[in-house]
Amino acid sequence: MAGPLYAADPPGSVASADLEGLTALFHARSGTTHILAPPAPQILRALAAGPADAGEIAARLADAFDLAGEEDAEAAISARLAELEAAGLVWRQSRSGSGQPPG
Amino acid sequence: MNHRFELRVGPVAFRIGSAWRGPVEALRRLYAGYPEPKGICDFTVRLEPERPWRRALRPSIAIRGDFMLPGAAPLSLAHGLLAAEMGMNLQMALGQRRFLLLHAAAVERDGKAVLLTGHSGAGKSTLSALLGERGWRFLGDEFALLDPESGLLHPFPRAVSLKNESLAVFGEVDGARLGPVMAGTPKGTIRHLRPSPDAIARMDVPARPALILFPRFGRDLAPDSRPVGAAEVFVRLTQASTNYVALGRRGFDALSRLVSSVPARALDYSASEEGVRLVEDHRSK
Repeated sequence: MAGPLYAADPPGSVASADLEGLTALFHARSGTTHILAPPAPQILRALAAGPADAGEIAARLADAFDLAGEEDAEAAISARLAELEAAGLVWRQSRSGSGQPPG
Repeated sequence: MNHRFELRVGPVAFRIGSAWRGPVEALRRLYAGYPEPKGICDFTVRLEPERPWRRALRPSIAIRGDFMLPGAAPLSLAHGLLAAEMGMNLQMALGQRRFLLLHAAAVERDGKAVLLTGHSGAGKSTLSALLGERGWRFLGDEFALLDPESGLLHPFPRAVSLKNESLAVFGEVDGARLGPVMAGTPKGTIRHLRPSPDAIARMDVPARPALILFPRFGRDLAPDSRPVGAAEVFVRLTQASTNYVALGRRGFDALSRLVSSVPARALDYSASEEGVRLVEDHRSK
C-alpha cells in the first residue's frame, strides 16, 4: 500500500543558500529560517514537481542520485519527510487532492 | 524636554531630549565634531524622571523613546551618559529596518572591513578600539550595519564603551576624547572613548566586508585562529542580529550573501595585544 502523500510550497516561495554542504532555507510563509542537511533539500526540490509519497520521491531522486537499496531509501525518505512535516515545510495531502499547508 | 541634543552617526540621526542638563552636556562633549542631522531624526531618545517628583529628589532616569522595552530598570542621574547611550542602542535594536543589524564591532583597512562578533566579554569593543588607534578605521563597536542591497557595511562609529580592565589599555589617548568615569553601573565601571577624527570624518564611507571573526577572550586561552564552517557562521550571525527576523527575505538574502562571500575564523586570545596581533596576521595573509 502506498504511503501518505506529501506536498510542499512551490519553489518560488522559499529562498535557499548553500552553506558548504548544508542548506539555509528561508520559508516565506512562516518567516522562518531552517538549516537543512542532505537529503532534505533534495526532497523539497523533488516535491516541486507535485505531491508525492516516499516511493515516488525516491523514484524522482533516483534520476539524479544513486540510491543504494530502494527500500532503505524509501525508509530514509519517510523519516526525513516526518521531520520536514514537523518543521512545517511539507504537509500531508489526501489522494483526492485535499489538504492545506499548515498555519 | 528642557534639554536637547541632535547628532548623526553614519546614516542614523538621533534626537536626545533630557529633563536634566547634565546628560546632554556630557553628550555634547563626548560627541564634539559629529555632524548634525541632515533632516528629520530617525530615532528619539527621552531621558525622563522615573516619577515626576524624582527629577530633583534622588533623581532616577527612565529611558524612553519611539521604541521601548517595558520594565527597563532606571539609572541614577550620575549615569546619565550611559542612559543616553543605552537609549540610542535600544532605538536601533528595536526600530532599525533599513540595514541588517549585527551585534558586532567593525574596523577597516585598505578598503577591507573586518567584522568582530561574539558574546559580551569577548572583547569586541576593546579590540576594535585598539585597532582604531593602530591605523585601522574604526567603524563601530556595537552595531554593524549591513546594507541588504549593496552588501556594504556602513560605519556607525558611536563612542566606544570601555569597561572595567580595558580602561587601562587606553591610558595614552588624548584625554579630551574620554568621557567621565562612571563607576557602579549595571555593567561595572564604564568610560566612553570618542573614535579618532578620521573615523568621524569618514563615517559616510561604507566598506566591503572581507573577514568575519569570532573572538573569544580568556586568561587561560592559548592564542589560536581556526576556520568556522559556513552553516555555523550563518546561525551565529542570525543570533547576533537584532532585526534578522523582522527583515524577512531581505535579511535572509543579505546574510546568505555575506556568509557565502566572506571567510570566517574563530580567534582565541588571552591579552588585548595578542588579539590585535592575530587580527593583523589575517590582514597580511
